[in-house]
Amino acid sequence: MNYIDLELIIPEISMALLAGLIIVFDLFSSNKRLLVPLCLIGLLVPLFFCIAAAQESAEAGFMGTMQVDDFSIFFKYIIILATALVILSSATYAKRFDNHQGEYYSLILLSATGMMLLASATELITIYIALELTALPTAALAAFIREKKSAESGMKFLILSAVSSAVLLYGMVLLYGFTGSTHLSDIGTAIATQLSGSAGITDHGVLLFSVILITAGFGFKISAVPFQMWAPDVYEGAPTPITAFLSVASKAVGFAIILRILYMVFENEALSSDWTSMMAVLSAISMSVGNLIAIKQNNIKRMLAYSTIAQAGYIMVGLAAMTSDTTLNTSGPVGILVYLAGYTFTNLAAFAVITAVSESSGDDSIDSFSGLIKKSPILAGIMTISMISLIGIPPTIGFMAKIYIFGAAVETNLTWLAFVGVINSVISAYYYLRVVKTMFLNSASEQSPIKPSVGPLSAAVISIVGTVAFGLYPRPIIELAREAISTIVG
Amino acid sequence: MTLERFLILGAILFGIGLYGALSKKHAIAVLMSLEIMFNGVNLTAVALSRYTVPQAFETASKFLLTGHVFTVFIITVAAAEVALGLAIIIAIYRTRQSVLVTDAKELNR
Repeated sequence: MNYIDLELIIPEISMALLAGLIIVFDLFSSNKRLLVPLCLIGLLVPLFFCIAAAQESAEAGFMGTMQVDDFSIFFKYIIILATALVILSSATYAKRFDNHQGEYYSLILLSATGMMLLASATELITIYIALELTALPTAALAAFIREKKSAESGMKFLILSAVSSAVLLYGMVLLYGFTGSTHLSDIGTAIATQLSGSAGITDHGVLLFSVILITAGFGFKISAVPFQMWAPDVYEGAPTPITAFLSVASKAVGFAIILRILYMVFENEALSSDWTSMMAVLSAISMSVGNLIAIKQNNIKRMLAYSTIAQAGYIMVGLAAMTSDTTLNTSGPVGILVYLAGYTFTNLAAFAVITAVSESSGDDSIDSFSGLIKKSPILAGIMTISMISLIGIPPTIGFMAKIYIFGAAVETNLTWLAFVGVINSVISAYYYLRVVKTMFLNSASEQSPIKPSVGPLSAAVISIVGTVAFGLYPRPIIELAREAISTIVG
Repeated sequence: MTLERFLILGAILFGIGLYGALSKKHAIAVLMSLEIMFNGVNLTAVALSRYTVPQAFETASKFLLTGHVFTVFIITVAAAEVALGLAIIIAIYRTRQSVLVTDAKELNR
């Protein structure tokens, strides 16, 4: 290792320094209003370094434990965007934390640092450290409000994420024992040599066991069924902007690391068919379970938690569509990246509106949205577009992303999975449109207009503009996603 | 001593920890069970590292002691995890005067 390697993680370093700066600033200044602008301006620094890194060719460093390529930079863009919007939408929400606002923002930034490291990690130990750096600050943030629900949600998240990381670690250690290395590329070659000449993964019990454990560990991070139990409770109890952060950013990096591992370790033919059939089944179950349970939810955050589980199912269609007849197919993974980018815009818009509405109504029930069209037309409009995008109706990015991902499934002879996905989209229209109906047709108990504060409103407007603009003109995102995938396909 | 014995002990520890983490009522006991799970993993990692070192010597020196290094990192992160866990448990005790996991049913009403 030499000091030049440090250049590779300058975005992460600047992000961590920003978190430290926020704490120090908070310590010496009593003017808490400056924290949000400071965070947002500070976030331009890692963004600048990411753009600069995107101009250069892919580079590995730190003895092969990190790799900065277009793939990781794509996810760093998503993470920085999500962090900025989450911070913007907590501008008024965080006032309730009084003297602890600095900690709140710096924990968000630290978690984002972990996510950015995770996006470029290519070695098991690094992956594990980055994963914990992502999870621990979010557990603290989930428990940030001093009341029963929030503390409970923090504890549930911490314990379940610790169990899942222990399971993941056991899988990683067994994989290390089987192959003798923790570097993903070396593991890939070792598995390829050991598997050649045998009947496939079923010949190697240890490998099969470790693959199952690793799938369980990452399944937790992306809240796929059957590892989704934590999501509804944690989403309901956590502060609303943190729920948004969890549902968007930590899910995106979960998929980033799964894609990286699939491509670097399990890309050979003997394994890919096992993977794709497993992913196809998990994806179909996630979609159906998430959508069916979401129907009867009355709390909007809980409803969106189940919706997240269903969305994870749609994204996993892309994982299942990675191979067709033993050749690697890139349109599935490109679809995943497009979907994640679109989902970031759409979901952050929805959560920014929820933050704004719950600030005035004080609760998170779907009924608190009654008559929103009269109380605040702009919030109602944004929420409607965001729900439409979540269903997958044009002219939104949600539609383009779904077309892309289901198209990949059809290309790879997974027509049945695309069919399940389309049926599920129809089911999901019921509960998404219920929110729209509540806003437009139900009359509110009190008619006083809601005046949304600048922070959440601007976050909602920015994300909805992204949703519609990229829905009409998705080319830039698709191009970026194509480039990103082409750098990790060997 | 053979590698199998270590692996079996590691698997047993992991199993005991997993059972405890999912069945214990007291939040502190859950954290203890988590530690047992992590230690099962640690034992497995160190044993695998010890028994694969002679091979690794021949291929490349960068594989040397990877399992040991892994274990040190796992111990460190597990300590951070427990510290955060205790802090949250104290926060829970302040709000409801009980740290039993079974009492945590405020959500999903």
